[in-house]
Amino acid sequence: MSTSTLSRPRPENLRKPTSRTRSNLSGWGFATPFLVFFLVFLVWPILYGFYMSLTGKSLTGANDNLIGFANYAEALADADMWRSLGNTLYFTVISTVPLVLVALVMAALLNIGLPAQWLWRLSYFAPYLLASTVVSLFFTWMYNPQLGLINEFLTGLGLPRVAWLNDPNVAMWAIVIATLWWTVGFNFLLYLAAMQNIPAQHYEAASLDGAGAWRQFFSITLPQLTPTTVMIVLLQILASLKIFDQVYQMTAGGPGGSTRPVVQYIFETGFTGYRLGYSAAISYIFFGLIVVISVMQFVITRRRSA
Amino acid sequence: MAIPTLTRPAASTTTGDSLKIRQPRKKLTVGRIAAITVAALIAVLWLIPFAWATATAFKTETDAAAPDVTWLPPSGFTTDAFVKVFQDGNIPLWTWNSLYTSAAITAITLVISALVAYALSRIDFKGKKVLMTVIIASIIIPPPVLIIPLFYQMLALNLIDTSWAIILPQVIHPAMVFVLKKFFDQIPRELEEAAVMDGASRLRIFTQIILPLSRPILAAVAIFVFIGAWNNFLWPFIATNDGNLLTLPVGLQTIKSAYGIQYAQNMASALLAALPLIVVFLFFQRQIIKGVATTGLAGT
Repeated sequence: MSTSTLSRPRPENLRKPTSRTRSNLSGWGFATPFLVFFLVFLVWPILYGFYMSLTGKSLTGANDNLIGFANYAEALADADMWRSLGNTLYFTVISTVPLVLVALVMAALLNIGLPAQWLWRLSYFAPYLLASTVVSLFFTWMYNPQLGLINEFLTGLGLPRVAWLNDPNVAMWAIVIATLWWTVGFNFLLYLAAMQNIPAQHYEAASLDGAGAWRQFFSITLPQLTPTTVMIVLLQILASLKIFDQVYQMTAGGPGGSTRPVVQYIFETGFTGYRLGYSAAISYIFFGLIVVISVMQFVITRRRSA
Repeated sequence: MAIPTLTRPAASTTTGDSLKIRQPRKKLTVGRIAAITVAALIAVLWLIPFAWATATAFKTETDAAAPDVTWLPPSGFTTDAFVKVFQDGNIPLWTWNSLYTSAAITAITLVISALVAYALSRIDFKGKKVLMTVIIASIIIPPPVLIIPLFYQMLALNLIDTSWAIILPQVIHPAMVFVLKKFFDQIPRELEEAAVMDGASRLRIFTQIILPLSRPILAAVAIFVFIGAWNNFLWPFIATNDGNLLTLPVGLQTIKSAYGIQYAQNMASALLAALPLIVVFLFFQRQIIKGVATTGLAGT
C-alpha cells in the first residue's frame, strides 16, 4: 500500500513513505479504547433496544418473536403511558423556570461583591453534592404532614397544614421544591462564572454615564448573559425530562400516579411487569420526544444567533 | 460557549480562583444591605434542610417522633441514632462500594476520553470527521433510555451482580471527550514540534507534553465524572441486587423500608452518606467549583 505514496515525487513523502498510513493507524489506535466501550455499552444497547421494542420479549423468557410495531401501537393507546409522559413534561415546564430564575438571582446577588464569597457559594451549591436518596430522605421528613418542619412553620403562621406528598394537587410542586433546592446550585455556578467573565470596562463606562446598579444589570449583565442563559435553559430542559430518582424515592409516582414520570413507567413495565419489549418501545417513544425537543431547541437557537 | 479559565491552557495551570469577585471593597449602600439581606435569607433557607436533619439525627427516636415539633428536644441531644446505624447498618460498606466504583469509572473515563480526544485534536486520519460527528450526536442519548437493553446485555454477559455491571456502562461521556478536545486544540502545536523532530512517538508526545499541560482540564473532568458516578442512582439500582455491592445512594433507598419510622436513624444515615463529598468539597472548594463551571455547560 505504500507504493502509491512512493510514486509521488513530493520530498516529504519520500522521506516518510508511510506517514498517511501511520496517521490513520495511530488515529484509530488512540480512538480504539473509547470506541470499544462506546460500541459495546452505547451503540449496541441503542440498536438492540430498538430490536427488543419489536419483540414480545419478557424477563420470564416468553415470546422472543418479532411482532412488528405492535408494542408501539399498544403504547400509543396506553393511557398510563400518556399520563406519565404528561407528568414528565409538566415537571419539566414547572421546574425549569424556577431552576433558571433562582440561579440567576443567586449569581447576581453574589456578583455585586458580597463579603465571604465562599460561605454563600457553599450554602447554595452544597446540596448539588448530595445523592438523590439523601435529598429525598431530607424532604420526605420535612414534608411529613404531622411531624414535618414545613407544616409546623405553616401552622405557626396560622396557615392550614398541607398534605404535600400525599395530595395529588400538591405532590408535583413538592417535588419541584426539593429539586430546586437540590440542583439550582449547578445553574448558579454556571451563571456566576459567566457573570464574572463580563469585562469590567462595560460597567465602568456605564457608571460614568450614571447608570445605577439596576440599569447596569438589565442593560449590561442580562444581555451579555444571553448565550449562557440559552445554554442553561437547554441543559435544564434535558435534565428535567429525565426526572426519576426524587419522584420514585419520595412518592413512588403517587398519589394515584399523579407524579409518575415516564422513566418510572419504563422502569416498572420492564422490571415489575417483566415486559422488556414493551418497555423498550416506550423508551424509544421517550427518546423520540427528546430528539424532537433537542432539534427544536437547536433550530430556535440557530435562528436567534443567525 | 468558551469558558473563561480555559482559553489559555498554559496560563490556567497557575491562575488561582477563576471566580474571584470583581471589586472586593465597596461602600455599604442601601442597595448592598438589601442584597446581603436577600442573599442571607436564601442561604438560611438552603441550610435549613441540613440543620433540621442534623437536629433530628441527634434526638432520641421518641423525641424525633413527638408531635411537638421542636429544634431542642426535651430529653437532650444524643448520638444513639448514629451508634445504631453503625451497628446494624451497612453504611461503611456502601461508602466503600461507592468509592471504588466511582474511582474506577473516573479513571477509565479519563484514560479513554483523553486518548480519543487527542486523536480528534491532533492526528489527521481517515474517518475522523465521521467519528467526531457520531460522538457529538451521541450526547443526545439520555441514559434512562438505555436501561432496558443494558440490563438485558448485562444478563447475557453474566455481569449482573458484579461491580463491573455498575462500572462499565458509566464510562462513556461523549460531552467530556468534546471538552478535552477543545482544550487540546488550544495547546500551541510548537510545543510538540521539537519532540516530533526528535522522532518521539505519538504516545510519548501525548503522555509527556499534552497531558502535563492539561492537568486543570483533566482535574475538572475527573471531578465532574466522579460526582456524577458517586451520586448516580438509577443504573446502580438496576444493575445490582446483591446487598454486598450496593452503592451509597442505592443502599440508602433500602433503609427507608428497613427502618420505617425511625426518623433519627433515617437522618443519621442520610447525613453519614452526605458527609464524604461535603468534606471533600470543604477542602477543595475552589477546584470543584472551577471544575464544575468549566465542564458544566458541555456536560450532562
